[in-house]
Amino acid sequence: MSEQIKKFMYINRRAPYGTIYAWESLEVVLIGAAFDQDVHVAFIDDGVYQLLKGQDTSAVDMKNFSPTYQALGDYDVTKLYVEKESLEERGLTLEDLMPLTYEDEDDDWAEKDSIRLMSRAELADIMDEQDILFSF
Amino acid sequence: MAIEANGKTFETDEEGYLTNLGEWESAIAEEMAREDDLELNDEHWEIINFLREYYEEYQIAPAVRVLTKAVGKRLGKEKGNSKYLYSLFPYGPGKQACRFAGLPKPTGCI
Amino acid sequence: MTTLHTVNKSPFEKSSMDSCLAYAKQGSSVLLYEDAIYGAIKGTAVADKVAAMGGVNFYVLGPDLKARGVSEDKVVDGIGIVDYAEFVTLAAENDKVQAWV
Repeated sequence: MSEQIKKFMYINRRAPYGTIYAWESLEVVLIGAAFDQDVHVAFIDDGVYQLLKGQDTSAVDMKNFSPTYQALGDYDVTKLYVEKESLEERGLTLEDLMPLTYEDEDDDWAEKDSIRLMSRAELADIMDEQDILFSF
Repeated sequence: MAIEANGKTFETDEEGYLTNLGEWESAIAEEMAREDDLELNDEHWEIINFLREYYEEYQIAPAVRVLTKAVGKRLGKEKGNSKYLYSLFPYGPGKQACRFAGLPKPTGCI
Repeated sequence: MTTLHTVNKSPFEKSSMDSCLAYAKQGSSVLLYEDAIYGAIKGTAVADKVAAMGGVNFYVLGPDLKARGVSEDKVVDGIGIVDYAEFVTLAAENDKVQAWV
């Protein structure tokens, strides 16, 4: 087996709750984190709705998995890309999203933002550099 | 499958994890431990309670390496290592302790 | 690196094909199959978007055209019609596949 670390990108394009995609993707990201690869997670199109603040599923009898995004940092998943155009088309800004952070082991555990706002063109470049893409 | 504790019967899955997290009570953990030939002391409970709080906050049972790191951060370095955690939970701090805590099988334990 | 983008949803119902076109870089390939074959038909609003994409290779899956009663002469000029074996070859020839499901 090759020890070479690969770039994995998980691409989220669907809103939470209406379909199982968002939760399945999150579980796959957390499970995949065990393989010590270079993990990137992109939120485009309706995928940006997964990160909206203030989700409360108590009245619809479904598991609210939005707090689980906060655990991504613990799993060393620290590169979360949000596409600027998708936010804008939906009348959203970064302020509308949950703040997600990680503690940087190489920088005296300083708390840093995991979410990186990217234009579609920048994200297309990052996607191009990946070895493997997973679509949800 | 099922487990008897405190005079009641609780449903578990095929690997012995509690089916309904909301039904958990400490007697379940004690009964599961008895079946594994363990007696729970304060050190065990510290980890079980930590796992329940972790689940409450993040809605997942952490993978063992994530648990180890988080314990180290919250309870101190002398506890945040696999030697200490395995001494408490010989069948694996992720799987066994999560089971005692009424959580599902850890996400990311393979 | 080269990417094969696949789309299987009708561009008249879902935004998958729009997102795909926004992300497809020069030198990459786009394969339309299942309901996305409607995006390969001449004279539609989508055909203009396909025509405007320079440097991207387009393909459509023949069996899905046939199944839906779309004859091959309706397909936009320049879109290659492929069978399943050629679909597999395309996937193998590119460095990776992005499925716009």
